[in-house]
Amino acid sequence: MDNAHQPNTTTPLQLVLAWGFVGIPLVLGVLQTLDNAMQLFR
Amino acid sequence: MGILSFLDRDHTIAAPGYSRWMVPPAALCVHLCIGQAYAFSVFNLPMTKLIGITQSAPEDWKLTELGWIFSIAIFFLGVSSAVFGRWVEEGGPRKAMFTAACCWAGGFFVSAIGVYTHMLWLIYLGYGVLGGIALGIGYISPVSTLIKWFPDRPGMATGMAIMGFGGGAFIASPLSVWLMSRFHTATHVGVAETFIVLGVVYFFFMIVGSIIVRVPAAGWKPQGYVAPAQSQGLITRNDVFVYDALKTPQFWLIWWVLCLNVTAGIGVLGQASAMSQEMFPGHVTAIAAAGFVGLLSLFNMAGRFLWASTSDLIGRKNTYFCFFIIGTALYILVPWTGSIGSVALFVLCFVVIISMYGGGFATVPAYLRDMFGTRYVGAIHGWLITAWSAAGIFGPVLVNYIRQYNVAHGVPKAQAYNTTMYIMAGLLVIGFICNLFIKAVDKRFHMGENDDRGVEPVGARVGARA
Repeated sequence: MDNAHQPNTTTPLQLVLAWGFVGIPLVLGVLQTLDNAMQLFR
Repeated sequence: MGILSFLDRDHTIAAPGYSRWMVPPAALCVHLCIGQAYAFSVFNLPMTKLIGITQSAPEDWKLTELGWIFSIAIFFLGVSSAVFGRWVEEGGPRKAMFTAACCWAGGFFVSAIGVYTHMLWLIYLGYGVLGGIALGIGYISPVSTLIKWFPDRPGMATGMAIMGFGGGAFIASPLSVWLMSRFHTATHVGVAETFIVLGVVYFFFMIVGSIIVRVPAAGWKPQGYVAPAQSQGLITRNDVFVYDALKTPQFWLIWWVLCLNVTAGIGVLGQASAMSQEMFPGHVTAIAAAGFVGLLSLFNMAGRFLWASTSDLIGRKNTYFCFFIIGTALYILVPWTGSIGSVALFVLCFVVIISMYGGGFATVPAYLRDMFGTRYVGAIHGWLITAWSAAGIFGPVLVNYIRQYNVAHGVPKAQAYNTTMYIMAGLLVIGFICNLFIKAVDKRFHMGENDDRGVEPVGARVGARA
């Protein structure tokens, strides 16, 4: 069952919401950690 | 089965046209939450002041007593992933994620009661036992599902999820500190309230993941993907039953490969702050050392995705060869960086080493899939996680006790880690040899077409016999 000829039922909005749900907290956490890590070079 | 039937595997089969790119966020919902385990130490100091508030009272818990919470959790992570692996595989990802969410949140709630009533055994039971079970089930729950959705890039797919486990601490650490500061009053330190809020937030997050997750329909394959007609090298087209896999030398060789790779990294990760300050006295301050630990965490997370994705291109065996060859060279170089006083080279060595530590975790599910097929990869992965538990004991013991022995015998602190570095390099050489001996699994272990052991998971044959 190749999905080549099947209409995509997942909307771009659903994908953005799903990735944003996990991505935004992760990016915020990474930025904060990166800021702390910069102490090593100051 | 009533209202809980929506958790069944049959109810998670994706409708035609469902995008497989919805599955990694579902997996990340779980892994980002259980990755909090890496940040549990932020509660240690506040929990030594639950009675004294501003400073520890005689009746307060000691750090040594609190250290057992994390150890119990890691022990139950290994036990539960091994014991429940087959159930996770056959019950499907939604049921496993839901169970993990209940155990994880429940663990926080029981621990909150333990803090409120000042009964340490309740925290051992809550975060240690319940939380540990959630760690084990949650860790393996999305792995085989991702492998089935991404038969063309299994390393990248599992790397994304396992990267979330490494990144969970980045969210949990500042969030926990902020919550404790909000709930802190003159009469209590706010740990119990923080546990309750974290339990609610993590439950919500993990439930969203369990709702989003889907398994592919039987015979589904990505657009343009053509499954290999026959086994190629180490990559098999056949499945191996979970308990048969445990009888193969390949499983135990991979067990040692993971255990040795993790041992080499985990001891350093736990002692990074002290090690950097002692090897470079006067150059690396406590604040800079904290920054070094943060940098290692970032590379630990990034390595999970980058190395696992690389393994799709160069193969799993070659990826582990990279870990063992580069790792050995870098561990041998570390004492030299200390002797010439080069902090930059020291940091460079360790960020690469830690990226490979993370990469080892993330690449191993795809390695198992190559060797044992997709059908029971989650359950086999569950058994393999016991290598992590073992390494969690070996690694810190090696680093701490050898350093202590050297210092007690008059070795300057700046050189006290040198022996450990050479031992770590030796362990990686043994890992290289184990990896070298890994060959394709013997045909007698392959499951037959009509093998009726276990329930046939829906969509399990993607890429195998599609």
